[in-house]
Amino acid sequence: MARTALAPHATPPELIRNFCIIAHIDHGKSTLADRMLQLTGVVDARAMRAQYLDRMDIERERGITIKSQAVRMPWEVDGTTYALNMIDTPGHVDFTYEVSRSLAACEGAVLLVDAAQGIEAQTLANLYLAMENDLTIIPVLNKIDLPAAQPEKYAEELAKLIGVEPEDCLRVSGKTGAGVEPLLDTIVAKLPAPVGNPDAPARAMIFDSVYDTYRGVVTYVRVVDGNLNPRERIVMMSTKATHELLEIGVISPEPVPSKGLGVGEVGYLITGVKDVRQSRVGDTVTNASKPATKDLGGYRDPKPMVFSGLYPIDGSDYPDLREALDKLKLNDAALVYEPETSAALGFGFRCGFLGLLHLEIVRERLEREFGLDLISTQPNVVYDVTMDDGKQVHVTNPSEYPDGKIREVSEPVVRATILAPTEFVGAIMELCQQKRGNLRGMDYLSEDRVEMRYTLPLAEIVFDFFDQLKSRTRGYASLDYEPDGEQVADLVKVEILLQGETVDAFSAIVHKDKAYAYGVMMASKLKDLIPRQQFEVPIQAAIGSRIIARENIRAIRKDVLAKCYGGDISRKRKLLEKQKEGKKRMKMVGRVEVPQEAFIAALSSDSAGDKAKK
Amino acid sequence: MPPSALPDGDPAPESGELPSGALATVPTTDLAVYVHVPFCTVRCGYCDFNTYTLTELGGPGAAIGVDSYAEAALRELDLARTVLGDEAPSVATVFVGGGTPTMLRSADLVTVLGGIRDRFGLAPGAEVTTEANPDSVTPQSLAELAQGGYTRVSIGMQSAVPHVLRTLERTHDPANVAKAVAATRDAGMQVSIDLIYGTPGESLDDWRRSLEAAIALEPDHVSAYALVVEEGTKLAAQVRRGVVPAPEDDDEADKYELADAMLSEAGFGWYEVSNWARSPRNRCRHNVAYWAGTNWWGIGPGAHSHVGGVRWWNVKHPSAYAARLASGASPAHARETLTDEQRYDERVLLGSRLVDGLPLGDLRGSARAAVAGLIAEGLVEGAAAVGGGRLVLTRRGRLLADTVVHRLLAA
Ligand SMILES: Nc1nc2c(ncn2[C@@H]2O[C@H](COP(=O)(O)OP(=O)(O)OP(=O)(O)O)[C@@H](O)[C@H]2O)c(=O)[nH]1
Ligand SMILES: C[S@@+](CC[C@H](N)C(=O)[O-])C[C@H]1O[C@@H](n2cnc3c(N)ncnc32)[C@H](O)[C@@H]1O
Ligand code: SF4
Ligand SMILES: [Mg+2]
Repeated sequence: MARTALAPHATPPELIRNFCIIAHIDHGKSTLADRMLQLTGVVDARAMRAQYLDRMDIERERGITIKSQAVRMPWEVDGTTYALNMIDTPGHVDFTYEVSRSLAACEGAVLLVDAAQGIEAQTLANLYLAMENDLTIIPVLNKIDLPAAQPEKYAEELAKLIGVEPEDCLRVSGKTGAGVEPLLDTIVAKLPAPVGNPDAPARAMIFDSVYDTYRGVVTYVRVVDGNLNPRERIVMMSTKATHELLEIGVISPEPVPSKGLGVGEVGYLITGVKDVRQSRVGDTVTNASKPATKDLGGYRDPKPMVFSGLYPIDGSDYPDLREALDKLKLNDAALVYEPETSAALGFGFRCGFLGLLHLEIVRERLEREFGLDLISTQPNVVYDVTMDDGKQVHVTNPSEYPDGKIREVSEPVVRATILAPTEFVGAIMELCQQKRGNLRGMDYLSEDRVEMRYTLPLAEIVFDFFDQLKSRTRGYASLDYEPDGEQVADLVKVEILLQGETVDAFSAIVHKDKAYAYGVMMASKLKDLIPRQQFEVPIQAAIGSRIIARENIRAIRKDVLAKCYGGDISRKRKLLEKQKEGKKRMKMVGRVEVPQEAFIAALSSDSAGDKAKK
Repeated sequence: MPPSALPDGDPAPESGELPSGALATVPTTDLAVYVHVPFCTVRCGYCDFNTYTLTELGGPGAAIGVDSYAEAALRELDLARTVLGDEAPSVATVFVGGGTPTMLRSADLVTVLGGIRDRFGLAPGAEVTTEANPDSVTPQSLAELAQGGYTRVSIGMQSAVPHVLRTLERTHDPANVAKAVAATRDAGMQVSIDLIYGTPGESLDDWRRSLEAAIALEPDHVSAYALVVEEGTKLAAQVRRGVVPAPEDDDEADKYELADAMLSEAGFGWYEVSNWARSPRNRCRHNVAYWAGTNWWGIGPGAHSHVGGVRWWNVKHPSAYAARLASGASPAHARETLTDEQRYDERVLLGSRLVDGLPLGDLRGSARAAVAGLIAEGLVEGAAAVGGGRLVLTRRGRLLADTVVHRLLAA
């Protein structure tokens, strides 16, 4: 049962437990977190809502967690009150980076497995991450209330995976709350308390840093040694910059200022800085008065995997887009961008993302939170091109692809893990074959479940791979992947020409065997999207000077409205006024007028959306 | 001929009163009256006009029907007279459209015309047209109309080809068209024929046959419209479901060119994109008034009006219309006051559709500068521009009138 909470700063480390909840996407982390918030009394029934910690609109609409959230909760066992710091993490592969940062703030992890689904690819990926961080794992089967739940079967699988007995797997329902109290007790009993030297100079790890319009940068830290106190001066060890601590406290689940933070505690700092780069994730915070000499070692910066150009539909919004990106970057270290220009789209930014879901979310936030209308270009991965003369070109945008004689092109590859029922092995192998994959190994997790490991080109996996995998396995397969270097491949650049003029926004770098399909697809898509002009418009797809596909938009011959009497006049004039507006949204490619909508529709890969919606 | 979907607008005052600026144009501007008769025996699949079958209106006991229409129309004419005032000129043209005006007894159509004459007077040589469906007229009813002052009948022939008429759901007997034309002429009235081209399934030869048949009837005037698939019609639903193919622009362009060629050959001259007349005297002056932007009052449910830059439109439903008038209120549903920009846009939009063209002097400088390019592209007649100072569309330009108007307005 919960009691009065322990005051931060004055809590002995022995009474602290820091853990995160990790799982495959949708296995119920945020829902389990809800029950913990309620049972520990930090959120009352009135204020409760489903997935309480998914605070962003976009999280709520999509029903997924994007950002980790840390919350301090009291919990009493045998008459002693403990302070639990719980971190709810995202499950989608694009946000693995969020998970790994959260793990560094904890001694233990609740590994949650949907009892109707069993172990999936991100279950493994997140488990391995937790083990690399030496965390104590508490295996838990969730959703035991579901009629389709098979707790016996999956307890066996899970136990085998982490080397415990099936009875050691707890069983809970985040929905009904069943088993959650014993789980909290187990967390207290089994997880090690944090250890640190209270008398040493403070060392606190920054595991998140968020920009808030009202409060400036809010920095989330886990204190390892010493303590931090309000109004003292602190130092960021990497930059040596000093700041005054204006506020310090814990999240429970709203920010509560405290008298400070001591060894093992998780909380937040506000220093009044406006730029998160002054409060960088992975940095170590120490006291200015008696600074530590050795930092805690940081995180690896996440590397963008997918690139896309973002352009304002209204060219005059370019400065607003820059400002919006700068602001968003404050909360999203994984987002990178630099200015670029496109002949077709004007001024914009080449942006790097962790994956397509990340791209889509950034784009949606820019549109929603900053009121921008954007076009995003065909996403691509990064290529390294070596010219015959030995010159190297790093290509993040197909338009940078060099013209001269090319010796070789290499593309990024990933190490992918696919988990599926054994009956789908054939279908998966066939798909991976098509996607230029190399089987590296295969293991049976149980009689009817198999883990397959592949090396696959990132470009093949990023786009519609997941959808195809799902459809070929009736939804039973799960996928996880991580970067695994580069490989040389037979790649070409396909250009799309309108009336003989290359439209840079439609160029793509693709494998030789897929160039034709891309060319045909794009040409026919554009044929349907570009309105007929007064003259014929040929559309061609080409590799260098070789035309691989062509379509023709015939000249328009009639657009007049036949009948225009009394009542038709207002109608017609209103239509005309609308069309005049539309003209402003036309981009000229040579003499050809291309509506913005055509760019948007041609560039929106149908699969991008689906994948993000899981 | 009001389309059934009404635009949005500002509220119209209950009194029907007009702003003084608009009223000031009344004494010096030609006045036309349109009368909308919203009844049909059945609704054709392509039609989105504001019209109702008698069953839809609730049969003989309905608040308004063919028997009580004239009475309501006279009430609105009273209102028109009050609003336009003593200085209103006599009426130059009257056009009774629908719906099917000839669902009314001829006596009622004559009564409505009499109501106009009584309140405003008819100008000498006034043009008075009614639309008619071939099946709903007889030599007798037509003679009565002529007697009562009607000078012109516009007959909805649409096509001479049975399968095309079937697709259009036209129920009339094709043979009745010739009879109606002959009877109209015998009664001493001018004859106009409406045709539709581009109906799904209509071949170029089918269309040629319809044109030949229409020309053989020796009408004074022909209107030929490309079929528009109007939203909300049965035809639109059929196209959406793929039961019938959508009309194609290229096919319609071929058919327009054929119509213009055959009608010219037969001695008709185009004077508006979709209208041809045997001689300039036979042009429909009432329709020219719409395109020239003069004043007109639309009587009847859903009818549109224009006076001095103010456009308004009546409530659509006949019962609502009748109820408004019975309570002494204006039946106007909403109105809009055109800005200078909008008036200019309309002037360019409508003027460029006419064979008399748009005086280049009416164009803004930048638009005038764009004319040379349009001539070079074969959309605008060079001779009319250089010699006559007018913008007149070529045959190709008429088909691409939208493009031309956009180019002029965007310039
Ligand atoms: N029946 C049942 N449904 C549950 C339970 N826990 C979660 N769910 C449902 O499972 C879905 C996913 O729950 P979330 O809590 O958002 O899952 P998550 O793991 O946080 O998802 P991500 O953050 O996107 O990885 C929701 O529809 C929940 O209502 C449970 O114990 N029983
Ligand atoms: C008010 S309407 C109909 C008059 C009369 N009730 C009739 O149907 O003959 C006048 C003309 O508009 C044309 N018309 C009606 N609906 C049309 C459409 N959807 N597309 C093209 N022309 C149309 C027809 O030629 C019709 O004769
Ligand atoms: S008869 Fe004329 S107005 Fe009546 S429904 Fe048919 S086309 Fe429309
Ligand atoms: Mg979640």
